[in-house]
Amino acid sequence: MLRCRSVWRKLSPLARASSTLCRENARRAGLNNGRSVRVQTAHMSTGPAGGGGRQSQIYALLVGAAAVGGGIYAYQTVKGDQQRYEERMAHILSRSQKAAEQETAVPTQSEPPDVPETEPEAASSSEEPISLASDSEAAAPTEPTEPLSAVESTPASAKIPSHAPYLLIGGGTASFAAARSIRARDPNARVLIVTDEPDLPYMRPPLSKELWFSDDSSVTETLRFKQWNGKERSIFFQPPSFYIQPEELDSAENGGVAVLTGKKVTHMDVRGNKVKLDDGTEISYNKCLIATGGVPRNLQAIERADEEVIKRTTLFRKIDDFKSLDNVSRNAKSITIIGGGFMGSELACALGRRSTESGLEVVQMFPEKGNMGKVLPEYLSNWTTEKVKREGVKVIKEALVKSVTFKDDKLEIQLKDGRLVETDHIVAAVGLEPNVDLAKSAGLEVDSDFGGFRVNAELQARSNIWVAGDAACFYDIRLGRRRVEHHDHAVVSGRLAGENMTGANKPYWHQSMFWSDLGPDVGYEAIGIVDSSLPTVGVFAKATAKDTPKAATEKSGTGIRSESETEDTAVSPVASTAPATAVEQHRDNYGKGVIFYLRDKVVVGIILWNVFNRMPIARKIIKDGEEHADLNEVAKLFNIHED
Amino acid sequence: MSYCKQEGKDRIIFVTKEDHEAPSNAELIADDPEDPYEEQGLILPNGDINWNCPCLGGMASGPCGSQFKEAFSCFHYSKEEVKGSECIDNFRNMQECMQKYPELYPQEEDKESSSQAESDSASSSALSPENDATQSTSNPSPTDGKTAS
Repeated sequence: MLRCRSVWRKLSPLARASSTLCRENARRAGLNNGRSVRVQTAHMSTGPAGGGGRQSQIYALLVGAAAVGGGIYAYQTVKGDQQRYEERMAHILSRSQKAAEQETAVPTQSEPPDVPETEPEAASSSEEPISLASDSEAAAPTEPTEPLSAVESTPASAKIPSHAPYLLIGGGTASFAAARSIRARDPNARVLIVTDEPDLPYMRPPLSKELWFSDDSSVTETLRFKQWNGKERSIFFQPPSFYIQPEELDSAENGGVAVLTGKKVTHMDVRGNKVKLDDGTEISYNKCLIATGGVPRNLQAIERADEEVIKRTTLFRKIDDFKSLDNVSRNAKSITIIGGGFMGSELACALGRRSTESGLEVVQMFPEKGNMGKVLPEYLSNWTTEKVKREGVKVIKEALVKSVTFKDDKLEIQLKDGRLVETDHIVAAVGLEPNVDLAKSAGLEVDSDFGGFRVNAELQARSNIWVAGDAACFYDIRLGRRRVEHHDHAVVSGRLAGENMTGANKPYWHQSMFWSDLGPDVGYEAIGIVDSSLPTVGVFAKATAKDTPKAATEKSGTGIRSESETEDTAVSPVASTAPATAVEQHRDNYGKGVIFYLRDKVVVGIILWNVFNRMPIARKIIKDGEEHADLNEVAKLFNIHED
Repeated sequence: MSYCKQEGKDRIIFVTKEDHEAPSNAELIADDPEDPYEEQGLILPNGDINWNCPCLGGMASGPCGSQFKEAFSCFHYSKEEVKGSECIDNFRNMQECMQKYPELYPQEEDKESSSQAESDSASSSALSPENDATQSTSNPSPTDGKTAS
């Protein structure tokens, strides 16, 4: 691409020179012949009828040569890209175990769309094939559904029900919240959850937070964690006895929730109101929820790298990833986390904790200037980075990964600015790709700006189909169209989808929140659109020892902070711990406070920085959507100096 | 005294306790308790029970959900002098069901959490017409493994 730009730059002065030459000659000729007007407007014509004679012929030759050269170049680029693409596909195929036969069908199918769409323009053609290639790559996972649908569906096995009044695709947080909502509103509802994971529905936040701080050595088996105040819970929403067996779904007297694990929905027939699983079984439904979540993104540099690098890279999302990373952290000498967002920073802090005991080196690298660089305003991002460093993490800022190789039993990460980092294991925390595999077969719209299935304010995609959680790109009446990848949003949207599946027709109105803890000293809760590119106003006070996440959980009795807002009424009171000891004055300026994010002078996002249990006020301010002249007055509502 | 600085597009204000002592003059729009879009508490504006209230945990949705709903509805609508005195059978059914799932409904907590839910609902139903700003109407959340579901 750069090559062609430089070529074009070289060509352009030539073209300009020849065109001015032609124009001058034409003008001269035109003046001589008295036809100046016609010649000036037709200065690009290659016909000999104008003036010019030899000059215009040379010009015609030049243009013709450029066109031919451009065409040849474009053709070669396309062919080369094709080859590269096919090589890459073959490389990926040789690695992947599943769907190997289906994917080889893809490259041949994608060839025809590539070739006819090339243009002779040298500048743009090199970009086109790449984007086309990536498009057809994206289409690749959905292609396999074609050959599958041709296969005759096998009769449903005895274990899997052939019909489920409520079918929930995906077994994560959103799905579970929907199941509970449906059961609460529709007495004796029969709900079937289909998930390709082997586990029952569980919550993800502890996988990158509390589970790492557990003293229990068998934590990878039990997946239970003791919170700061001693109260223990499992990451699973409910123990297995809560659910009924899939084969009991039809017969259970009072209905129930059944979970079908290890099965993937590969095809959706919207007109027939049924889905097909990867083993060919068909399940029909009355109402369906798609809560397929997403798949962690990977760096191109790692995808292109060889087997040894891939083996030593973790894409963190599931229970298995937690188990394997825990294992690695006990054996490796150095772990590098690529990514400076929520997950990357939380894992870095969690592993940094371990580093103090075991001598493990923890490195975190990201392209931004500080941790949470895309979320926090710069001054706060810098402050946070210092805190992360204090947790024992080596932070490398403004780092763009160029390549990763395996050399001398170590991974070598080459950065674009020349720096080299040697490590044993990599954790890539570079975002989530929403899982929209079913969009093609179901005929559902995928959002081009945010990714995910496009749904309306009531989370509905089409009749009888709703989408919730990470995969839903929905219309937020207050804040506009968005897609949110947080735990509480999965709960809120799952719950709402469940309500709407049972006839409620409510739009997304209750704003979900999110939180993050970076070690015991830095914790914040946030709500709305929290994007560091927006103008912000921060109101800060000095923090005392009481204003830490530890104190917040001790007070509320729960580590999942969205719960502390709601579970008070029905939960039996937790014995309060001894009050915090001496009140320390933190030296840092940004001890605690409130940060408002503004869009067109309206508050669209709020971060409560080391200030807890005030989320309802924040929610109210966002809901109102008013223009406030003095945000300090608004900040007073939070009583930041109090506990 | 508070002071203010500007870093590019970001404004930073530092305030002391005294600065924030005066009550705020920021105006908030009054809430409509009947707003159908809003999350409702345990008791809906029309007096019905909101089974989807996160405060109930998973009690209305679990295997003993229907027994729980019957017992609790009976109690809620009971007009007897001793509220719920005619609902003994319903509560017994519920308890029998819960005993079948000790993992979900830990036995010592069973009576405690259900009576807690009752007393809380009584108090919250008294409160709800007055204000809902401080009521726990907010986020739904995963249930606590220990409490009944």
